[in-house]
Amino acid sequence: MALADNNGGAQGRAPLPKWLTGTVKTLGSIAVTMLGLVFITFIIGRVMPIDPVLAIVGERATKASYDAVYLQLGLDKPLIVQFFYYVRDVAQGNFGMSLLNARPVAEDIARVFPATLELASLGVIFGVVLGVPLGVVAAVRKGSWIDQVARVLALVGYSMPIFWLGLMGLLVFYGMLGWVGGPGRVGIFYEDVVPTVTGMLLVDSIIDGNWTVFKDAFSHIILPASLLGYYSLAYISRMTRSFMLEQLSAEYITTARVKGMSEWDVVWKHAFRNIRVQLITVIALSYAGLLEGSVLTEIIFSWPGIGSYITTALLAADMNAVLGGTVVVGLIFILLNIASDLLYKVFDPRAR
Amino acid sequence: MNIWTKSLAGATMAVTLSFTSGMAIAETPANMLVIANRIDDIKSMDPAQSFEFAGSDVNQNVYSKLVNFDPLDYDKGYVPDLAESWVVSEDGMSITFTMRDGVMFQSGNPVTADDAAWSLRRAVILNKTPAFILTQFGFTPENVNETITVDGNTLTIKTDKRYATSFLLNCLTATIGSVVDMKTAMANEVDGDMGNAWLNTNTAGSGAYSLVSWKPNDSVTLQAFPGYYGGAPAMERVIVRHVAESASQRLLLEAGDIDVARNLNPEDVAGARNASGIKIHEELKGRLMYMGLNQTHPILSKPEVRQAFKYLIDYEGMQNSFLNGQWATHQNFLPKTYLGASTENPFSLNIEKAKELLAAAGVENLEVEIGVREAQERIEMAQSFQNTAAQAGVKVNITVGTGSQILDRYRARELDLSLESWGPDYPDPQTNAGTFAYNPDNSFEAQGTGYLAWRLAWDTSEFNPMVEAAVQEVDTEKRIAMYNDIQAKFRDESPFVMMFQQSEQLGIRDNVMNFTTGQAISSADYSKVTK
Repeated sequence: MALADNNGGAQGRAPLPKWLTGTVKTLGSIAVTMLGLVFITFIIGRVMPIDPVLAIVGERATKASYDAVYLQLGLDKPLIVQFFYYVRDVAQGNFGMSLLNARPVAEDIARVFPATLELASLGVIFGVVLGVPLGVVAAVRKGSWIDQVARVLALVGYSMPIFWLGLMGLLVFYGMLGWVGGPGRVGIFYEDVVPTVTGMLLVDSIIDGNWTVFKDAFSHIILPASLLGYYSLAYISRMTRSFMLEQLSAEYITTARVKGMSEWDVVWKHAFRNIRVQLITVIALSYAGLLEGSVLTEIIFSWPGIGSYITTALLAADMNAVLGGTVVVGLIFILLNIASDLLYKVFDPRAR
Repeated sequence: MNIWTKSLAGATMAVTLSFTSGMAIAETPANMLVIANRIDDIKSMDPAQSFEFAGSDVNQNVYSKLVNFDPLDYDKGYVPDLAESWVVSEDGMSITFTMRDGVMFQSGNPVTADDAAWSLRRAVILNKTPAFILTQFGFTPENVNETITVDGNTLTIKTDKRYATSFLLNCLTATIGSVVDMKTAMANEVDGDMGNAWLNTNTAGSGAYSLVSWKPNDSVTLQAFPGYYGGAPAMERVIVRHVAESASQRLLLEAGDIDVARNLNPEDVAGARNASGIKIHEELKGRLMYMGLNQTHPILSKPEVRQAFKYLIDYEGMQNSFLNGQWATHQNFLPKTYLGASTENPFSLNIEKAKELLAAAGVENLEVEIGVREAQERIEMAQSFQNTAAQAGVKVNITVGTGSQILDRYRARELDLSLESWGPDYPDPQTNAGTFAYNPDNSFEAQGTGYLAWRLAWDTSEFNPMVEAAVQEVDTEKRIAMYNDIQAKFRDESPFVMMFQQSEQLGIRDNVMNFTTGQAISSADYSKVTK
């Protein structure tokens, strides 16, 4: 009887909706990946030959001051206990206090990440808007002067040190021509003029309807964003060209041309349509790379972003800040991966 | 396709240029001072905790102290600030300060002797990193209520023994001597922290400026305090922007977007010197560069070897090449401009002399490791030494690491040689004498990491009484003579190869007057700046 009931129950239970199982799997995957990321970063932070207590108290501190901070940081507890406490706090959105500036790390990240997000987004837009068409044209006109130009652009983009290019850009467009704003996110007159909503100055100035600040912020961001966009363009255009060449040599393209289809339709409606999924991966990777924060760009342009934040924290042994920043960057990678997966399904029915 | 691509590029350029072309290069307003500086070292704004350069600059302008320096004349030494006068007791163990009347905090609260006493007691009780500047006078959390007392408008400080008056007063000019608005701070107290968490990011002073905002690694903004007892400053707003790169600072300065560039390297100083509208301003700072020889090393601890290494440094060559203008040869532990500082520099590069000394010590095929922080000039210094040492048969292996990594090993006595710098904590000779030439317990277990002599495992038993006597000598001339004797003996015997004293070269717009970084004894002061 009991067996019959059980069987009956099993047969009667409706299968979980596909979207639900998919969501659960995705969330589970995020949780495991994040836990692994936190664990590895935490361990690296602890085994590094840097003393976080010394970073706080300085080299003049007495032993009593040193010992007090040592206990305050919980470094007297076993490593596994420290890790447990850290994971518990991170799960609540608490990355701890920055050891160096005595502020919550979450507050610091909320301040520096929008600066990087704004810069990287504009950079990747430049890279995509210019890089994809350039790659397509280079593939269609393989061997032509446009292809050669695209190659040189990409080569220069791959090989030119961003530090040098950034300084040259500043020298020419800011120092000599005065076309763009100098280092910093905004001119001194416009500091704290618009209320912070998103932390992205361009967006906040639009929300505030303050076009003067928008113009000033734009004049400051255009050069570093173009620089990042150029490096992104170099990568995206080369990959686009490569993908397109593969498609353009396929039989279905020859068939389309034999059928008398226009070159525009052949390139854009057939060949390009088939490289969209690959391009999404390339663009997502490029975007993720920029979102990590381009440290050198941020240093040259005095851009207070997450890249220079993490680097400064690392050099100063501020491990709470390093861990917090790394977790956020890891989360971005994961979210971009998920976004890529979703876009695959939009563009490729086989992936649904 | 070509047209489409060209149109896209053209549209992008058009949009870009419409926003940027024709923009006038900004010049800072007449009532505003804009400074580019590296401010990523600021850890706290609380004067009981702040102990970094950029943080001290802020505190110098936000807080007043009992005694302070005149930014227009540092040679005068300490002068009255919130204390208009003071009297020293006959036994030399107490000083009674009379507070200036009518001074207000930025909050509107009056500055009283109670505020001054509470600020000093608080610094001792919190016992943060710079607390030693006060506790060296015998103050403890348990005795501060008896040793720091108030009677009406006077404040009395009683030390554990007799000290030179100049020693105590010089210490009170340090950041930790800042007088904090007790009512405001205590209104923000959390869990008995005496307002520490709040004061880490906020200020409560009576100085010429109040803090508007501090964005770590980004900017510090100060607003003039119109009620400042010394008169409202001409610069109504001061903005210090974090600009890490020297070339970026120079571009901003030449474009007129900033008034002061504080971190120009020698190349950019040379470039800016020829630019119109810019002047180069130089100030001697207190930071010293030295090389320490670990005395646990059986060979480096030999007197002849210590001497030999002092002849293996190309002081002049480095000073005139990559250190051009930034560091000057100085072979004493007291920086120039300090009371009793010696200007004797007896050592110069002399390979033959070094060889003789090494031979006399019976040294052959010596191989040592030198720890160097990853800063360009330090790496170049180490390479220069590596080259000259090789000529005397000493092989030097350079280990480069982050500041923390190298410091950890130095403090653990792990490095054979350490190329380090040291900046004084307060403007009195004791600050350096008490760490370079003083080491009360040389045992490893003592962990006296605050003493540089301990870090090198150098037994200073001959120096200790000399240093202790000098800090208690009330006759200034005698005190100077005592420090000269200590420095002469130190130059000859110590395992410290004193090399250079820092000189800060600033790029300043030529309409900016009276800007000072505080020279070797204080911090940047903006209260007297005019344009």
